[in-house]
Amino acid sequence: MKFVVGSGSCGIAAGADRIFTLLNQEINENNLKASLEITGCIGTCYLEPILEVYSENNAMKRFTKVTEESLLEIISQAKEGTLFSEDNANDLVSEQLGHQDRIVLRNCGVINPESIDDYLTIGGYQSIEACLREKTPQEVIEEVKIAGLRGRGGAGFPTWFKWNAALKSAGSVKYMVCNADEGDPGAFMDRSVLEGDPHSLIEGMMIAGFAIGARKGIVYVRAEYPLAIVRLEKAIAQAKERHILGKNIFGLDGVDFDLSIKTGAGAFVCGEETALIASLEGERGMPRLKPPFPAEKGYFDHPTNINNVETLANVPWIMSNGGAAFAARGAEKSAGTKVFALTGKIQNGGLVEIPMGMTLREVIFGVGGGIKNGKKFKAVQLGGPSGGCIPEELLDTPVTYEDINKTGAIVGSGGMVVMDEDTCMVEMARFFLDFTCKESCGKCTYCRIGTRRMLEILERITKGDGKPEDIPLLEELSYKIKEGAMCGLGQTAPNPVLTTLKYFRHEYEEHINEKKCSAGTCHELISYRILEDKCIGCTVCAKVCPTNAIAGERKSPHVIDQDACIKCGQCYEKCNFNAIVKL
Amino acid sequence: MLCKCQQTSVSESSEQPQVDLSQVKGLLDAYDPATTNLITLLQGVQKIYGYLPEEVLKEVSIVTKIKEAKIYGVATFYSQFRLKPIGKYLIMLCQGTACHVNGSANIERALQEVLAVNEGDITPDGLFTYINVACLGCCSLAPVMMINDQTHAKLTTGDVAKIINEIRAQEGMAI
Repeated sequence: MKFVVGSGSCGIAAGADRIFTLLNQEINENNLKASLEITGCIGTCYLEPILEVYSENNAMKRFTKVTEESLLEIISQAKEGTLFSEDNANDLVSEQLGHQDRIVLRNCGVINPESIDDYLTIGGYQSIEACLREKTPQEVIEEVKIAGLRGRGGAGFPTWFKWNAALKSAGSVKYMVCNADEGDPGAFMDRSVLEGDPHSLIEGMMIAGFAIGARKGIVYVRAEYPLAIVRLEKAIAQAKERHILGKNIFGLDGVDFDLSIKTGAGAFVCGEETALIASLEGERGMPRLKPPFPAEKGYFDHPTNINNVETLANVPWIMSNGGAAFAARGAEKSAGTKVFALTGKIQNGGLVEIPMGMTLREVIFGVGGGIKNGKKFKAVQLGGPSGGCIPEELLDTPVTYEDINKTGAIVGSGGMVVMDEDTCMVEMARFFLDFTCKESCGKCTYCRIGTRRMLEILERITKGDGKPEDIPLLEELSYKIKEGAMCGLGQTAPNPVLTTLKYFRHEYEEHINEKKCSAGTCHELISYRILEDKCIGCTVCAKVCPTNAIAGERKSPHVIDQDACIKCGQCYEKCNFNAIVKL
Repeated sequence: MLCKCQQTSVSESSEQPQVDLSQVKGLLDAYDPATTNLITLLQGVQKIYGYLPEEVLKEVSIVTKIKEAKIYGVATFYSQFRLKPIGKYLIMLCQGTACHVNGSANIERALQEVLAVNEGDITPDGLFTYINVACLGCCSLAPVMMINDQTHAKLTTGDVAKIINEIRAQEGMAI
């Protein structure tokens, strides 16, 4: 028997470590003939912690939302030998995976990410070996061109084109860099690949390195992903041991590829290629003008190619299954699959990999199971701080680079944050501008000062001090920043404001003219009241109030002192009689 | 840190604790400009002290021959680096989009309420510092905060005081 615990960061946050320790203890105490392993995140984060049990003849039973109590029950069934007597009829994970088409995430939640043997058993590192032995760099690039693979980091630039430019670039020393500085707040597919399938990334980098003629690779990982760094370090060490990385790899004389990790230090702008290179060199991560492109002058002026994690994780699959098989999936100009991080007010939150061209409605209501708590859908945010909010009437838009761009949003790195009727769109725009304003590197005036001015306007609108002329002013600033900024950060920073102004202008007008936030989010514009006829005087609200702003006798209606109330909403959450309302 | 032109302190807090420079000696002795860049070096310093003490940055400048102003420039550019000491427990409150949509602003208010400090400051008992961070990557379990290496998921405002008070009790502090 084999027990496998889903141990990605999200699984661990949901208690997978506790389950693992307890399981280990129980196996030893009960002398069970069983092994215990970990795997990465399978993507159904809302069902974590997840435990899979395999019988001797490889029958699998999966348990979700495992607690210490349910684990003890599983152990006792395992002891009695009744664990596999019933069918795994109600397996929500399998149902969820049935909606998907997994290339990037093919091994996540399937193999043990800390075991190179697991990866080798399923054919790992065969693609790179075949490239090295049988193919020329041009042939590899041609295959990626046939696949139609486009950069998954945000811009959607054709991958083969970048590789070709780096290959053609003169120079004996070239670098292959992986951008694993997943900065979009709300996207975590790169983390999942690093934690769940690090060898796929290594193999993808090796193939890209071979294609451009680089002998050195660097992975630039976010410092906020400690587990990803540990797993990648282990994977690199294992690959070196097996002579897959290092000198004379696969026993081929003179064929070298070395890989190292650089930990980022927290700067969103480092997603921009030239800023990332500056950061790799130990400088402030500030972008510079292009050309020269990194393919000509990159890391310490050597030709450098940069791809994102998800892009590279596709590459070993493309090489072993052929570019045509990849191109057969998805839409015409947006081939293949894309991983999305479905989060926010969504029922089945997690990572989903779908063929491109599926509509937003299918993703959110089909794969994602719709909105949490029976609320009404309001908007979906794509592309993070560079993207925009898409309203309900555009839910039938297919998820392709071109179609999403037409809405004013972008596919971006794949964050898909779903919002319901309780989300204020003006506040959302303020949130993103606050982010870009803080993350602006300060080089261009339009971005540095323009985003600050936009933020100030949005702040005053959400505080109820907005003026009617603020809307045209926001629009004017938006277009000027888009034109005046040098890099992608500044050029796209106004997108969240422009899309919310386009689709949710009435919310701006309501805040400005009526000093009202009907979503009930903007602090200064709401107040909590107790309905006298509904309050039974149970005192729960008074007990939970952190500022003692609620007074009243037991069994008689309570009252909130509006001056003392800090609007934390705890009373609203705790009241069992719907006696507290947000106005 | 001293401003070189006016020789006046530009540091916010004048009461910095005494720093033991011997702790960083190994790191600086091993410095090799060919393999280590400034960011990696500063990350090493912060791992030792929990922040970047001014005295140590001066040492870094002497060893690396990189100007203090440039070191200060890099240290202030990246959000990971801190120029002030932190408490024994570093609370990283996620302010990613998913956490924001799921009420991280209320979590921050609850945190300020129970800790009675502002972002980046140490509580008087020396136990806690809280900072806001962009996305911790646990978006499906929003709102999330990380205390040292432990992640606390699906937070409610009520959970916050409970978690903090449990740590206070462990540390033998009066609640």
